Amino acid sequence: MRDLLVEIFGRPHGIVLYQLLDATQFTIYLSLIAFVGGGILGAFIALVRIAPNKWGKRITIAYIWLFQSTPLLMLLFLTGLGVPRLFGMNIDPWYAASISLTLYSSAYMSDVWRGALEAIPRGQWEGASALGLRFLPTLRLVVAPQAVTIALAPTVGFMVQIIKGTSLAYIIGFTDLMTIGKRWANAPVAGTEPYIIFPLMALIYFSLCFPLSLYSRHLERRMGTVKTLRPVAAA
Amino acid sequence: MERSELTLMQTDPVIERAIDTSQMKVTDEVAIQLTGMNKWFGTFHVLRDVNMTVNRGERIVICGPSGSGKSTLIRCINRLEEHQAGKIIVDGTELTSDLKNIDKVRSEVGMVFQHFNLFPHLTILENCTLAPIWVRKLPKKEAEETAMHFLHKVRIPEQAHKYPGQLSGGQQQRVAIARSLCMRPRIMLFDEPTSALDPEMIKEVLDTMISLAEEGMTMLCVTHEMGFAQAVANRVIFMDQGQIVEQNEPREFFNNPQSERTKLFLSQILGH
Ligand SMILES: Nc1ncnc2c1ncn2[C@@H]1O[C@H](COP(=O)(O)OP(=O)(O)OP(=O)(O)O)[C@@H](O)[C@H]1O
Ligand SMILES: [Mg+2]
Repeated sequence: MRDLLVEIFGRPHGIVLYQLLDATQFTIYLSLIAFVGGGILGAFIALVRIAPNKWGKRITIAYIWLFQSTPLLMLLFLTGLGVPRLFGMNIDPWYAASISLTLYSSAYMSDVWRGALEAIPRGQWEGASALGLRFLPTLRLVVAPQAVTIALAPTVGFMVQIIKGTSLAYIIGFTDLMTIGKRWANAPVAGTEPYIIFPLMALIYFSLCFPLSLYSRHLERRMGTVKTLRPVAAA
Repeated sequence: MERSELTLMQTDPVIERAIDTSQMKVTDEVAIQLTGMNKWFGTFHVLRDVNMTVNRGERIVICGPSGSGKSTLIRCINRLEEHQAGKIIVDGTELTSDLKNIDKVRSEVGMVFQHFNLFPHLTILENCTLAPIWVRKLPKKEAEETAMHFLHKVRIPEQAHKYPGQLSGGQQQRVAIARSLCMRPRIMLFDEPTSALDPEMIKEVLDTMISLAEEGMTMLCVTHEMGFAQAVANRVIFMDQGQIVEQNEPREFFNNPQSERTKLFLSQILGH
């Protein structure tokens, strides 16, 4: 792969391109961790948020409010630099970045999912209650399967925000596309000037995000047309 | 009171079949008892000191102006709404915040809503088997047999594998009735089951309800279908401003209303 790129693009561009693409995998891994972690945590928070429990509601509202109004960069500083200093220990940038991005995305995803759950008409809950189904079975069998179709498009769309968000993790020493790109842009090597490297990086981020945006848009449009007749398989 | 004496009054073209009253027997057994029941929505006193006894086998029609609390009253009976004072006892179980009691009552009481509340992501058959499988813990096969039995009864077995969105309103409401019956309730509550339907579909739903009555089901129906009330009900209850104003057997209720409010209401709905 590396040799192939060098052959095609020559030096240094072949090497630069290879290193950038190589680093992109870590951007993807971190995005997936944040997406899955944030998704699970977010789903749990959305559930507690709509459950008939006053304190659960208050705590989750506070959680969402807290992490939605904290800049992601602050979270990264806190987990990557603040906490290690406070406890006098080292924290792997992988952990720090994963935790920060998970917290960040959980706050947004829980909101997306809460919105989707609350968009299901009250009559669905009442119909299920009248049949003797309690809160959790109703959620699982009746409400959540319908909410998924509503939440899918914005969830995929939010993945774009996560990918872009991972680019901030370079600041705590996480090695990803951003880190490698910046390093090359600063290197005194002819042909790796910032005006070459940064557009190249932008192109890579774009090719990660754009398909997701398109897919999200497609889902949204499909949702609109099947709203009235919705033969979605039962979950 | 013996229903069979009552001659069928053909004031409403919607009810056009003879009704078999042989199974319609009001027993002495109490099915539902409300004593001094009160409910508020915030500061709004929506139900005021309601006392009501429903015996097993009764077919009661509840009517009254919009906002009088009819829906709220029957929704309290299966605890979709919580009452704040007084007692509600359904089949010997008092409704309190105790979840076990609520489960027990809901397993005895079926409910049919104005807007059907079918589950759009499930087929008709799955709508009917969901609660029997998850609440009654019936094996899937048995639940499906029960479902098909009741879908036959409401005369739409051929729609079993369609989705609710593919059915007409009248068909959807009949599915909702079948879905409720699959839990084998002893009491059925109806909240304006025909008000969201086009006129040509009202008849098929009323027909289904009449069949239920003919089998001796205890029924509480909020409805403005006075033809149904005259043909099927053994008692009509008139509510206004959160109170039961007047109740009587249908013939007396319609021919000889006592209170001014009842007279006004009847002249409004029958008078045009
Ligand atoms: N969840 C609620 N919160 C606050 N007020 C409510 C609520 N539900 C109903 N009400 C009010 O309580 C009153 C009685 O409502 P209810 O739905 O029981 O009337 P109804 O007799 O069924 O009327 P309709 O014939 O229009 O269905 C109305 O004034 C209504 O606005
Ligand atoms: Mg009502």
